[in-house]
Amino acid sequence: MAECHPVGFQWVMEAKERGATVIHVDPRFTRTSAVSDVHVPLRAGSDIAFLGGLVNYVLTHEKFFREYVVAYTNAPAILREDFADTEDLDGLFSGYDPDGRRYDHSTWAYQGAVAAPATGEHSTEEEVGQPEEDAHRVTRRHHGGPEHREAARAEAYGSGGPSVPFKPELDPTLEHPRCVFQVLRRHYARYTPEVVADICGISTEQFRRVAEEITRNSGRDRTTAFVYSVGWTQHTVGAQYIRTASILQALLGNIGRPGGGILALRGHASIQGSTDIPTLFNLLPGYLPMPHAGEHLDLDSYTAADVGKAGFWGNMRSYAVSLLKAWWGDAATADNDFCFDYLPRISGDHGHYRTVLDQIAGTVKGYFLMGENPAVGSANAKLQRLGLANLDWLVVRDFSLIESATFWKNGPEIDTGEMRTEDIGTEVFFLPAAAHTEKDGTFTNTQRLLQWHHKAVDPPGDARSELWFTYHLGRIIRDKLARSTDPRDRPLLDLTWDYPTEGAIAEPSADAVLREIGGVDAGGNELAAYTQLRADGSTRCGCWIYCGVHADGVNQAARRRPGRDQSWVAPEWGWAWPANRRILYNRASADPDGRPWSERKKYVWWDAEQRKWVGADNADFEASKPPDYQPEPGARAQDAIAGAEPFIMQTDGRAWLFVPTGLADGPLPTHYEPAESPVDNPLYRQQANPTRREYPHPANRYQPSDGAPGSEVFPYVFTTYRLTEHHTAGGMSRTLPYLSELQPEFFCEVSPELAAERGLDHLGWATIVTARTAIEARVLVTDRVRPLRIRGRTIHQIGLPYHWGGNGLSTGDGANELLPVVLDPNVYIQESKAATCDIRPGRRPRGPALPRLVADYRRRAGITEPTGEDGTR
Amino acid sequence: MGVRQWIEGWPVVRQLTGADPLGRGAAAESRVTSALRPRTSQADRVVASVCPYCAVGCGQKVYVRDGKVTQIEGDPDSPISRGRLCPKGSASKQLVTNPNRVTTVLYRRPHGTEWEELPLDRAMDMIADRVIETRRRHWQEEDGGQRVRRTMAIASLGGATLDNEENYLMKKLYTALGAIQIENQARI
Repeated sequence: MAECHPVGFQWVMEAKERGATVIHVDPRFTRTSAVSDVHVPLRAGSDIAFLGGLVNYVLTHEKFFREYVVAYTNAPAILREDFADTEDLDGLFSGYDPDGRRYDHSTWAYQGAVAAPATGEHSTEEEVGQPEEDAHRVTRRHHGGPEHREAARAEAYGSGGPSVPFKPELDPTLEHPRCVFQVLRRHYARYTPEVVADICGISTEQFRRVAEEITRNSGRDRTTAFVYSVGWTQHTVGAQYIRTASILQALLGNIGRPGGGILALRGHASIQGSTDIPTLFNLLPGYLPMPHAGEHLDLDSYTAADVGKAGFWGNMRSYAVSLLKAWWGDAATADNDFCFDYLPRISGDHGHYRTVLDQIAGTVKGYFLMGENPAVGSANAKLQRLGLANLDWLVVRDFSLIESATFWKNGPEIDTGEMRTEDIGTEVFFLPAAAHTEKDGTFTNTQRLLQWHHKAVDPPGDARSELWFTYHLGRIIRDKLARSTDPRDRPLLDLTWDYPTEGAIAEPSADAVLREIGGVDAGGNELAAYTQLRADGSTRCGCWIYCGVHADGVNQAARRRPGRDQSWVAPEWGWAWPANRRILYNRASADPDGRPWSERKKYVWWDAEQRKWVGADNADFEASKPPDYQPEPGARAQDAIAGAEPFIMQTDGRAWLFVPTGLADGPLPTHYEPAESPVDNPLYRQQANPTRREYPHPANRYQPSDGAPGSEVFPYVFTTYRLTEHHTAGGMSRTLPYLSELQPEFFCEVSPELAAERGLDHLGWATIVTARTAIEARVLVTDRVRPLRIRGRTIHQIGLPYHWGGNGLSTGDGANELLPVVLDPNVYIQESKAATCDIRPGRRPRGPALPRLVADYRRRAGITEPTGEDGTR
Repeated sequence: MGVRQWIEGWPVVRQLTGADPLGRGAAAESRVTSALRPRTSQADRVVASVCPYCAVGCGQKVYVRDGKVTQIEGDPDSPISRGRLCPKGSASKQLVTNPNRVTTVLYRRPHGTEWEELPLDRAMDMIADRVIETRRRHWQEEDGGQRVRRTMAIASLGGATLDNEENYLMKKLYTALGAIQIENQARI
């Protein structure tokens, strides 16, 4: 955090000065480790074992927050008799189909219920097997189907995650053998300190210290926060990393309370915003799913699974209709299903890596790169360039000529002779981009806070904002098609696309766009909150979770009341979604009766005299719903959530320790080894995540793991990371003299022991080799990297900052060249943080000798097409 | 200028006779340095902004003079950053005033070996034509008997560095075009 989010880290240091214990769990020793009380340098890819060990510690030592767990989590929920855990099936859950390498989720459901997620993914009869008659009727209404499993999952469930059709049967004593609590206890029973130490390469004392610190610091009077970044997400089990932390934090009562939570630190100024208002294939704004072919035939079938459900997703139809009205305006009427049929349908995996393979296969003809540099930033950069080289046309918008714009001229494959410039048919348009100082607009930061940045100056020359580019491209296309009678052009011609423009360059008004996002009523008045949205077409709102950002005609995101002039929550600086709430699910900061758990940790509470929730923040709960509210039978949406159920986006109002539906790889996080690992999985026969997604291709070969023949050719673990002085793929930092001077060169970090083993000299050169390619780096021999003792062997790790490429002021090989494309099955994020490699002294070969070296490694390792595709040994 | 003033103008005299015997303050000051003013005090305007690098969202104050960005400082009013910026945020003036920025449209024709220049409006028109033509030729009304109404031939990557309003217009236009392979760094 000190390394990549330094200014945010000031608050950690402030907490430390006030007595907080700071624990850093990271393979790297960084600026964070240097000032932490405890640094746990575990092996890259072993975090579920570590966190699972903490869950086990909390359960076996009775350190959980019992009242919170019983009232606010699904620990008391009773599961079906036919559910089988990884303890029963040696690393698999019930429902696994080894041929399709995927799960049938039906046995993971609560007893008496057939689970179905709230939005996006829904079980069908085929998937659930032979459920009870009643459940059959329920499932028939849900979306989904065999093909639907191909679509990305976790993000499709919305901000509240998936949900179940009705509330589970509960055992508040937590003693029923099939209640979630007991299942959890059995699942993690073997994650003992000794096993954790063996998998992670740490000492049992280090583990116990962390366990004691976090349990001592959790409960009524104290809270513990977890902070993570892509070190947790970029794994074949990335979503389950976060899940393990969720289980731990829910058990300790650290969710929805000040000083608690699981906080994602995101790496780009508005990467949160580009998830909320998604430039993502599987989502529409506000985490509404993209409609799916064959399932979502019309608005009714699209919204059927959610209408009538408990929780705020029960109003999903209002959110969807308001979006359609924002996009198609007066053309969208109840009679034409509000133009629902104008939406294109997805039918499987259309994610970034799938798209790149489709470029190579020739089905993708045109590509827009809007401030992103995949030839450096994405895994297996060669695959990216092979895709770019096979397009008909490419539009690159950036500040300078990034590697993804010049691959045809100076990409690594030109040097090796694998490509020739003259052979590459891609037509490339490079359009210079405007900077943040040259345009109005909002970024959504890592805490869901929208902040407006004002335009200071005009962009230079032909540089323009993406708002300008997109608006005018749409305008030109609509002009060219204006006389078309082809029905396929109606969605374009009926689109609301009449934004006012300003100034000599005709810049569209970002404020007008934000107003459309924030929503208006039939009279054109700005809406204040998403609870005002209607399904009858009387409201328009471009992103329901952002509803209210333009309330009262005021750009709420531009509010800048100085922090020193307001409360510590600072509600009048910017605007946070939803409804300017700063801590989600903060009803959990009070006990079931609505009283603060403690004076020290009070945040929002029920004021019986005023009959409303009050406190430091806007309550994430209906303002006047009393703690003793009980839903009437048949109540729906928020009315079905009781007054003591804080998790209002969930149909059961509870935090999920066990996920009865919606995850591709299991209801409970389980330690699997990375797809490429030098060691075996001591817990289960199942070595790696059985449902991880692989994309075999001649340029994307996988390496053998764990003692399989050839695995000795790639004996070391490597991990990638960032440096304070550079930004992601380098387009905004390697071009700057200041930053290039501060971090001038690509390097690898190795321990003195590994340097001795391989003959590497400090400040000399090393070549790092995988089955994909070989790259060179300056050697930093440092005891910041330590050899680890794992499974009775010494395992070396190599650290590689990934910012470099061939262009800019500071140049070097890209670490992402080394990575395979192998993905988490829930969210389709690649495993960047743990893979295997070899390292040798000296620079890498030039020209055709480079692919020859890599081919020689592949031959020595016996790598063929199917290598690595089977997770079992 | 009299002799006495001339002599007292020597830094060494001021150092020996004045209150700055180590010569690190007033004694070392020349007329040029005494006339120097910080760029922040000479700005025509100060514009409230947000750092464009990571997602912490530090407040920035952008100082503008004669239509140019002359300085970017941390905004002490921000309850997030309290005036602080990291090395990248501190370098953001160089990001926006960088002479290495490309400010003209560049074009590489198929199989071409060099960049060529292209007027912006011509580039926009050509891109619009390519979008229309690619969409027309590669339109999918159905896939396996299921209605899809889309094109699988146009894809986009990027958005995490952009504004919400920009992502919104991109998603809106792409969806109306029937393009679905729309992705950004959040997937990575």
